[in-house]
Amino acid sequence: MSAFLIRRTVHSLIVLFVMSVVIYGLIGLMPGDPVDLMISADPNITTDDAARLRAIYGLDQPLWSRYVNWLGAAITGDFGYSRLYAQPVWQAIVPALSNTLVLLISSLALALAIALPAGIFAATRPYSLADYGINLAAFAGISMPPFWLGILLILVFAVTLGWLPAGGTPDAAGVAGSWERLQFLILPVSALTIAGIGGHTRYMRASMIETLRQDYIRTARAKGLSESRVVLGHALRNAMIPVVTVIALDLGVLFSGALITESVFAYPGMGKLIYDAVMGNDYNLALVGLLMATALTLLGNLLADVAYAALDPRITYEDLDA
Amino acid sequence: MTSLKQIMFFAGLLFSIASFPLQGAAKTDLVIGITQYPSTFHPNIDSMLAKSYVHGLMRRPVTVMDAKWETVCLLCETLPTLENGGAKLEKTPDGKDGIAVTYRIIDAAVWGDGTPVSVDDVIFTWEVGKHKKSGVSSTEGYRRILSIDRIDDKTFTLHIDRRTFDYNNISTMGLLPAHLERPKFQNPEAYKTQTTFDTDPMNPGLFMGPYLMREANTGSHMVFERNPKWWGKTPAFDRITVRVIENTTTLEASLLSGGIDMISGELGLNVDQALAFEKRHGRKFNILFKPGLIYEHIDLMLDNPVLGDRRVRQALMYAIDRDAISKRLFGGKQPVAHTSINPLDWVFAADVPTYSLDLDKADALLNDAGWPKKSNGMRANDSGEPLRFEIMTTAGNRTRELVEQVLQSQWKAAGIDIRIRNEPARVFFGETVTKRKFGSMAMFAWISSPESVPRTTLHSKEIPTEANNWSGQNYTGFKNAEMDTLLEDIELELDREKRKQLWSRLQHIYANELPALPLYFRANSYILPKWLSGITPTGHQFPSTLWVEDWTVGK
Repeated sequence: MSAFLIRRTVHSLIVLFVMSVVIYGLIGLMPGDPVDLMISADPNITTDDAARLRAIYGLDQPLWSRYVNWLGAAITGDFGYSRLYAQPVWQAIVPALSNTLVLLISSLALALAIALPAGIFAATRPYSLADYGINLAAFAGISMPPFWLGILLILVFAVTLGWLPAGGTPDAAGVAGSWERLQFLILPVSALTIAGIGGHTRYMRASMIETLRQDYIRTARAKGLSESRVVLGHALRNAMIPVVTVIALDLGVLFSGALITESVFAYPGMGKLIYDAVMGNDYNLALVGLLMATALTLLGNLLADVAYAALDPRITYEDLDA
Repeated sequence: MTSLKQIMFFAGLLFSIASFPLQGAAKTDLVIGITQYPSTFHPNIDSMLAKSYVHGLMRRPVTVMDAKWETVCLLCETLPTLENGGAKLEKTPDGKDGIAVTYRIIDAAVWGDGTPVSVDDVIFTWEVGKHKKSGVSSTEGYRRILSIDRIDDKTFTLHIDRRTFDYNNISTMGLLPAHLERPKFQNPEAYKTQTTFDTDPMNPGLFMGPYLMREANTGSHMVFERNPKWWGKTPAFDRITVRVIENTTTLEASLLSGGIDMISGELGLNVDQALAFEKRHGRKFNILFKPGLIYEHIDLMLDNPVLGDRRVRQALMYAIDRDAISKRLFGGKQPVAHTSINPLDWVFAADVPTYSLDLDKADALLNDAGWPKKSNGMRANDSGEPLRFEIMTTAGNRTRELVEQVLQSQWKAAGIDIRIRNEPARVFFGETVTKRKFGSMAMFAWISSPESVPRTTLHSKEIPTEANNWSGQNYTGFKNAEMDTLLEDIELELDREKRKQLWSRLQHIYANELPALPLYFRANSYILPKWLSGITPTGHQFPSTLWVEDWTVGK
């Protein structure tokens, strides 16, 4: 297993390197530069000022030269300075990252805690009233645009009922206890959870139905095992394999893709940070943010592979490498 | 069922109690909603409105423009003028016309850590400002200062290398605390990343306004508390929180749910959003509209031979009804622009030629220019080429897209075919406008300040080309020798009356030549609680927070 992990780590580093070249190049190809943005906000900036600022920020250098400089520093652990947040990239990323991880882990855990049992329950009673009900709810969750759902939750729970804040994060200087922090989290976590439940329920249901048709399940039933033992003891491990793949891929998507939820709830997370960095031409911040999303996706896949082997003893690490 | 109701009741009660501090904030606290977070807290690096807004709570510039659009002292005792002897004409060492301006800093003014604000700070700020590698955005004002004389710890004289009409306005010189920042400036190249304003922004010694920053949660909110060393009038609130909510729907919801008390006019809702809000919730709030200096217009590509004809440009103006646009789309809150000069500016020329909807005049001008109407109602020249223009603006800007569609239909009524092609702001400003790639029309806004000389947008030397690396902002390619002379003369004319005449001539040339089609001046919309008074919107770049000590809690 350790040889497998080392190989996959090396592969991941190669992917990250290639991605850094691609991302830096793509951001560099976007029209305008940070100084153009400064000029649009400050009519007092003269032509000389613009040339001076481009030289200070190294924007007068060719793109490849800037990338090589960044890479050289990154290897030593210096990921550069965020022009947009006027602080080292890591200092800008850490708070956003912690916010996103709280959001991501809570919503994913909640979504799975609801979706997996619901999917299993529906799969064991296919085409029953309960199955139709669960499917209907799942499709409703999938079909609801996240921004609409977010606004709906705000209107009901913040504006109409006044129970919860519409968005933001609590003040540390105020009465920010764990309950107040939780209050600010409830709506964004709910929005992401509702959006995630539908897909996971459908995957779990489909996978379980497929598994329950297998011969070994028929054998287990013929042996007289209880239905719960058949489902949870025999079918679940195999049925989880495709679901684990989806969950692993979801990690990367959730990490950088919660932009709409973060925007609607004014929640300062990684999705918003990456979006602002790209739009504000903050090369260093955008690059590191996107590389972290890539790394998380790669990590998710690695965890999925490890989970495959754990779930199905027939799968070996050599199989996964192949 | 009864038990379910009881659970619901207690759950609701629990939520209500827990969320009480959000809804029923005591009047000693104020929570303001804005839509942008400052990228840096350094006063002279990277100009942005969000920073100006929060700096208004905790800093005071030496001079500013007040709500009457007049230069006044905030950190100086008396505004120096030629009339009161505070400013004196002099010759520079190389024999040119210069001016010496003497300021005295308010005796009681101290930084938040108790260190007096002194001439040391002025001299240090000048040293940083004029240094090419310090990262200061705009160095022009600093480079014009030849030397600074220290009269005493609180009094200094600036020797300036030219005599401009705004000689006593040093609002762009954001004072830096020398006692904290000088050590950071040992390596000027590294200064922009090592300044205390960004490495330790809660340091009280950085600020000298009524409030000090106690918490800065990047991208989310900033908390300000009273500055115990503040020397001026005591402000009403113990604590002000500025929450950043970019999504305006959430911003409105936060206001309605009590999460914030007010929405800033400087960085809040657009006028159309505020008008819609006023219809729904106007009774619960005070809503103020203040027209400002953001000038919405359409730049015309004068290299285009059709638009190079002044008759066509004037006909375009006569064919549109900007009054109707202002009234119907903006409830009359955003006044029609006649030139780039705002009617609230003292240099505005009331007799400037104006263009009201007049299809007959438009018809005559276009016929004269060789674009008669054809049988299909649209215009074409003798070769059969249609009179067709492409209009571009920032995709996704709802207000501009709406105005664009109204203009398209109005021009169609005059036989002018308009095609809309919008681009994301990043592409539009980063490439199309700055590199003059728009074929006919580009709709956007200029941010200005009172009596701001529009040199960068109208002088013939400011036309961006590949040869000058696309510098300059005269995107239309406007070339007018008299305009060039006026732009140079206005800046150096100290006599107000003579200057007003020059400004008048400038506006007449603008209105006759129409390098751009003036549309309207944007207004800021302030949504305030009924219990808050004393906020005076300025309409220019100096935010209302600079007078936060005048904000009061009413009945």
